[in-house]
Amino acid sequence: MRLTTKIAAVLSVSVMALTACASEDSEPSATDSGSGATSAESDVKVGMAYDVGGRGDQSFNDSAAAGLDQAIEEFGMTSEEAEAEDGEDEAAREERLRTFADGGYDPVIAVGFAYAAALTKVSAEYPDVHFAIIDDESIDADNVADLVFAEEQGSFLVGAAAALKSETGNIGFVGGVEVPLIQKFEAGYIAGAKAVNPDVEIQSTYLTQPPDFSGFGDPAKGKTAAEGMFDEGADIVYHAAGGSGGGVFEAAADSGNLAIGVDSDQYNTADPAVQDVILTSMLKNVNVAVYEYLSQVNDGTFPSGVTRYDLSVDGVGYSTSGGQVDDIAAKLDEYKQQIIDGTITVPTTP
Amino acid sequence: MNIRLQRAVLALSVPVLALVLSVLVISLVLFLADDPIGAVWQVLRTAPAERNWANIIDKTTIYYLSGIAVAIGFRMNLFNIGVEGQFLVAALMAAFVAGEAWLPGYLNTGVAIIAAMVAGGLYAGIAGVLRAYRGVSEVISTIMLNAVAVGLTAFITRELAKSATQSNVSVVQTKLIPEESWIPNISIGDGPASEIYGFVVIAVVAGFVYWFMINRTRFGFDLRATGQSLTAAVASGINVKRMTVVAMMISGAFAGLVGLPYIFGEYHSYGSTFPAGLGFTGIAVALIGRNHPIGVALGALLFAFLDEQSNKLQIDAGVSPEIVKIMQGTILLMVVISSEVVRRYGLRLEQQHVARVLAQRDPASPPAEGVEGAERVKGVDGDGTHAATTLPATPGAVRDADDQPEEAPL
Repeated sequence: MRLTTKIAAVLSVSVMALTACASEDSEPSATDSGSGATSAESDVKVGMAYDVGGRGDQSFNDSAAAGLDQAIEEFGMTSEEAEAEDGEDEAAREERLRTFADGGYDPVIAVGFAYAAALTKVSAEYPDVHFAIIDDESIDADNVADLVFAEEQGSFLVGAAAALKSETGNIGFVGGVEVPLIQKFEAGYIAGAKAVNPDVEIQSTYLTQPPDFSGFGDPAKGKTAAEGMFDEGADIVYHAAGGSGGGVFEAAADSGNLAIGVDSDQYNTADPAVQDVILTSMLKNVNVAVYEYLSQVNDGTFPSGVTRYDLSVDGVGYSTSGGQVDDIAAKLDEYKQQIIDGTITVPTTP
Repeated sequence: MNIRLQRAVLALSVPVLALVLSVLVISLVLFLADDPIGAVWQVLRTAPAERNWANIIDKTTIYYLSGIAVAIGFRMNLFNIGVEGQFLVAALMAAFVAGEAWLPGYLNTGVAIIAAMVAGGLYAGIAGVLRAYRGVSEVISTIMLNAVAVGLTAFITRELAKSATQSNVSVVQTKLIPEESWIPNISIGDGPASEIYGFVVIAVVAGFVYWFMINRTRFGFDLRATGQSLTAAVASGINVKRMTVVAMMISGAFAGLVGLPYIFGEYHSYGSTFPAGLGFTGIAVALIGRNHPIGVALGALLFAFLDEQSNKLQIDAGVSPEIVKIMQGTILLMVVISSEVVRRYGLRLEQQHVARVLAQRDPASPPAEGVEGAERVKGVDGDGTHAATTLPATPGAVRDADDQPEEAPL
C-alpha cells in the first residue's frame, strides 16, 4: 500500500515535471507565428545565423535575438536559428547560409564579422535571396545589407564618464580579442578620457590574440587582467570582452572599484552581487539594427549597402541604470551633441 | 566452425554492434532532451547534395591526415595530443613560406609543404626529446605545447600581418599565396561549391606511406615492437630513445599536413579565421579507425558526415549543434566498447576451441607446443608479462599479436 502510494507520487511528480519542461521549451522558441490574436501575420521567413555562443550568450548574440523576437512579435514573421561552432572552417559557415537560402529563408541575417568571407561567396550564389550582416561593411552587393555601429562614439562617452569619475586619474580597458573591431572600442574610450583629462593614465590590454577567440568567453582571464589594473592604481575598468566581462565585474567588486559594461545595459543583466560596481554600460543596440532591418523588410523593401548606427540614431550610447552617472549626464550629453554635430571626430584606431 | 569464417563474422559484428548501440543511445539522448527523434534521423538519412559531398570529402581529407598523425604515435604507445599545436605551427609556416614566394609556381608549393612538415616534426620533437631523455610524459608536454603554439602563432601572425596588404579590415592574416602556387581544386559537379581540395591526392599518398612505413619497413617493425613491449624492444637491440624522438617527429610531420588543404585550397593565407580543433578530432578518428589506414579513413568520413549535417540538423530538425558532438562522442565510445566486447568474446571462443582440441588429443598430457592459438590463450589468462617477454623473440610473433587490432575494421 505504502509502496504504491510512493510510486504514484513519484509518477505524478515526474509527469508534472515533464509537462512543465514541454511547455517551457515551446514558449521561447517562438518559431511559430505570433501566439495572440493581436499579432499580425506575415509570410516572411527569417534565417538567423548566430556567431559562436548563439542565443543565450547574455551578450552580442542575445542582443540580435532580442531584435528578432521583437520583429516576430510585431510582424508575425517566422524564423529559424543556427549557431556557429568554435573553430569551425569557412565551409561550415558558408553551408549554414546556403542551407538557409535553400530552405526558402529570406532574409538571412549573419550575426558577426566572422561571416564576412562566407557571405561574400554565398550572396553571389543566391542573387535572389536577401542577406544582412552585422559588424562588417566589406561586402558591396545589391542583396546584402551591412549593419555596422559607431562603437568608437559610444566608447568615447563612457571614456569621458570614466575620466570624470576617476579619483586616481588612472583607468583601464580590457579588450576580449585584439581584432580591429575591438580596437575601435579602445580608440574611442581613450579619446573620450583624454578629452576630459589630457593627463589621465590609461592601462590597456587584450585577453587573447586572434586566431584564439577565447578572450570573448573566459571570465577567469578577464578577472586576472582587471585585478592587475586595479593593483596598478586604476579605479575604473571598461571591458569590451563579451562573456569575459563577468570576471572584470568580479575583480571590481572584490577590490571596491568600478567597472563599465558593454553591448547591453549590463546593470540589468549582471549578477546582482556585482550590480553596484557597474558605473554605466556602452550600449551597442544590435537589437535596434536587427529590428529596424526586419521592419523595412516587413514594409516590402530590402535595404542594401552600409547602414551605420551611431549616436545620432541612438544605435550606440551609454546607460544610466543605477544612477551613478546622473551627476555627469549633462556633461556627457554635451559631448554626445558635439560628436553628432561633427565638432568632435572620434578615431577608430588606437 | 571454421576459424577464419568465425573471425570474419566477429570482425563484421563490431561495426554492426557499434551502430545499433549508437542509434539506441542517441535516440535516448534525443528523447531525454525532448528533441524530435524522427526528424533527426530523417535528416541524417537524407542523401547529401553534391556540394555537401564536396564539403564532406574536404573535411574527411583533413580529419584523415590528423587521424594518421595521431595513429603513428598510438602505434608506439605515444599519446600525441599535440597534433593541434603542431598543425597550427606548420600551417603558419607553410603560409609564410608560400606567401613569401621565393620560388616560382609549384616549386614554391612543394617547398612550403616540406617546410610545414619540418616545422610540425620539430615542434613535436620537443615533446619527443623531453620524453626520451627527461622522462616527461608526452601527454603533459604536448598539451602544454598546444597552448604555447596557440599564443606563438597568434603573435607571429600579427607581426606578419603588419607587412601584408589587408584586404579585409576585420581579419588579421599573412600575405596571400600567389595564385600560381595554389593547389587547384577538383570539380565533382557543377559550380564552385562542388569542388574538393586537390590536397585529397596528397592525403591518399600519406595514407599509403603510413601503411607502407608501419607494415613493410624495418622502422615500422621497430616502432610496433617498441609499442608492444618496451623491455622486449630493448632486449632485441632497438634504440628506444631514438625511436621515441623519431616517432614523435614523424607524427608531427604528418600533423604538419593537416592544415595545408585549407592553406593551399581555400584560405591561401593564415589568419584569424583559421579553423582550430582539428588535432583533437584526429584522436577520436584514430581511435575509431583502430589505427588502420582504411579504418581511420572511415572514421574521418563518419565525423565529416556528421559535421556536415550539423547545420541541417539545426535548421531543418531544430536541434542544437551540441547534439552532433554528442553523436560523435557516443559513436566513439560504442566503437571502443563493442570492439573490446567482441575481442573478448572471440578470445573465449578460441580458448574453448583449443581446449576442445587438446581434450580430444590426450586429456592427460600437458598442452603441447605449437598448437594453434596457444600463445593467445596465455595472454587471456592475464599473464601479460609472460606474453610480452616471449613475443618479440621471433618477428612473426610480434606481427601476429599486432595484427589483432587490425582485424577489427570499422
